[in-house]
Amino acid sequence: MSAIYLRRRVTNWVAMGLSMLATLIGLAFLAWILWETLRQGIGALNLKLFTKITANGADGGLANAMVGSLIINFIGIAIATPIGVLAGTWLAEYADRTKLGESIRFLNDILLSAPSIVMGLFVYTIIVLPTTALTHGSTTFSGFAGGVALALIALPVIVRTTDEMLRLVPSTLREAALSLGVPQWKLTLQILIRAARSGIITGVLLALARISGETAPLLFTAFGNNYMAVNPIDKMSSLPQIIYQYANDPGDDMHALAWAGAFVVTMFVLLLSLASRMVLSRTKVSHD
Amino acid sequence: MPATDTVASSIDLLERRSRRDARDERLFRWLLKGCALLVLAALLGAAGATLWGGRSAFSTFGWHFLVSTAWDPGNDVYGALVPVYGTIATSLIALLIAVPVSFGIALYLSEVAPAWLRTPVASAIELLAGIPSIIYGMWGLFIFAPFFANHIKPWLTSNLGNQPDDGKLSWVAQHVPFVGKLFGSSYPFGASILVAGIVLAIMIIPFISSVMREVFQTVPTRLKESAYALGSSTWEVSWDIVLPYTRSAVIGGIFLGLGRALGETMAVTFVLGNAMTLSASLLDPGTSIASTIANQFSEASGLQKSSLMALAFLLFVVTFFVLLIARLMLRQLAKKEGS
Repeated sequence: MSAIYLRRRVTNWVAMGLSMLATLIGLAFLAWILWETLRQGIGALNLKLFTKITANGADGGLANAMVGSLIINFIGIAIATPIGVLAGTWLAEYADRTKLGESIRFLNDILLSAPSIVMGLFVYTIIVLPTTALTHGSTTFSGFAGGVALALIALPVIVRTTDEMLRLVPSTLREAALSLGVPQWKLTLQILIRAARSGIITGVLLALARISGETAPLLFTAFGNNYMAVNPIDKMSSLPQIIYQYANDPGDDMHALAWAGAFVVTMFVLLLSLASRMVLSRTKVSHD
Repeated sequence: MPATDTVASSIDLLERRSRRDARDERLFRWLLKGCALLVLAALLGAAGATLWGGRSAFSTFGWHFLVSTAWDPGNDVYGALVPVYGTIATSLIALLIAVPVSFGIALYLSEVAPAWLRTPVASAIELLAGIPSIIYGMWGLFIFAPFFANHIKPWLTSNLGNQPDDGKLSWVAQHVPFVGKLFGSSYPFGASILVAGIVLAIMIIPFISSVMREVFQTVPTRLKESAYALGSSTWEVSWDIVLPYTRSAVIGGIFLGLGRALGETMAVTFVLGNAMTLSASLLDPGTSIASTIANQFSEASGLQKSSLMALAFLLFVVTFFVLLIARLMLRQLAKKEGS
């Protein structure tokens, strides 16, 4: 009896110890990755990063990549936000528990983790190839195409959060408005979306965090550009694409620039996810 | 006269207004539905575009494309086996590492850790999920791969591999089948299938562990308390009560991680070594579908470009079905919870 008891106790101890070890391993890798990004990134930070462009090579900075990233991300969010919010509204308000609605909600979850490089090839096919053919090769890759590729990645994030947030809005609000004779579209636009606003903003911020680190879909859409480009029909560089290019370069100076870029991207993404969490937690408090 | 006039005109106004409302309502509905259908269009479009782009590769090579190890731009002959093998091998290694570690983390956070520690540790682990994949790639390339080559690889090759530096085969390499081949390598650098698998594992751990933690919390407390009342230990409750109750969702979470791993580009491209050759050793460099596309697409043309599109189509279809299974499995628990 006591031998069995002892064996069960020991098994339990070992299992609990292993689970604690697993957590420590996870935290250790997080700390290792963040530490190296901070250490190498801060070491490479200087004013040149923000004032010089990548055409200067090892003596240059990342100014054009930062501007490019901002423009491409802006295009991506500007396209994905209205479409995503309206699609999420349809799922929550008009198609809840219908067959088509359930299927689209389901497929949206799949799109959420679909390989981003395939999305890049998709946009290459539907935007880069046609513009190349139409302009006889004078416009090929473009910042706009990059923005569309990122929009495809941001879209499912925004659809999902909008859908979830609207379903959290109490149905008494809908009933009260409908009983006053408010048409449903007005109810949706002026009351429900307003009630779920902070949740939707969270979704948009999360989507922005997600796309600002994306590299793969930009390689064959925005392509890259060593000079400053602000016109969306030009080839455009972005921070992740420059990191990818410079990290593969044999020069140590290039590696330092890549680390500086990695530091900027990581900080941006982490601050965004922190901000989105704060927006959400503040509204939770106000509802209580 | 003026009184009836006002009544008539206000009825008229009401009718016009309700007609306008009905029209606006219809328009709004169509607009919303159109936006939702774009989600469908994105999925179908991605599959269609890559299939269309890969049509000449599929028609030139046929089924042979799937089993051929050739990748020879000089002779314009392409096959998918090497990248497909690399994708599957790295993803399986990632799962082999990530599943037990994620289970441990989920277990610790839902059953073992003191209450005040749970939220901060859980958000720290979720922070890992927010780090862009290119950062994992850089860390892998500059930090982890050299570390692996200096500290872990020599031990693996001399104790498990069939090509040890000192020429003396270890007992394991002589007596256990396959192990010698898996860990035998004369390649001097860290970049390899195994390192890519490890980096992928770190990437997918937060995804799998947060799904597991969420579903573990759905287990009814009375089930767990009944088991504790019968004298079960924490481990026995976790293994015999919590895990069976959440089995389908746990498998769903694992498949979700697998879907991520299969399609990941940046984290693996840096640490795979880009070798278009098939090697039995996990310590040799290889390639994956996504990294082959990332490396070659911008300089490819003709049949090579089409072959890369065909690879993308294969990847998209496989991840689609893996994620489909994942979502179906996860839905089962949601249904159980709702009933």
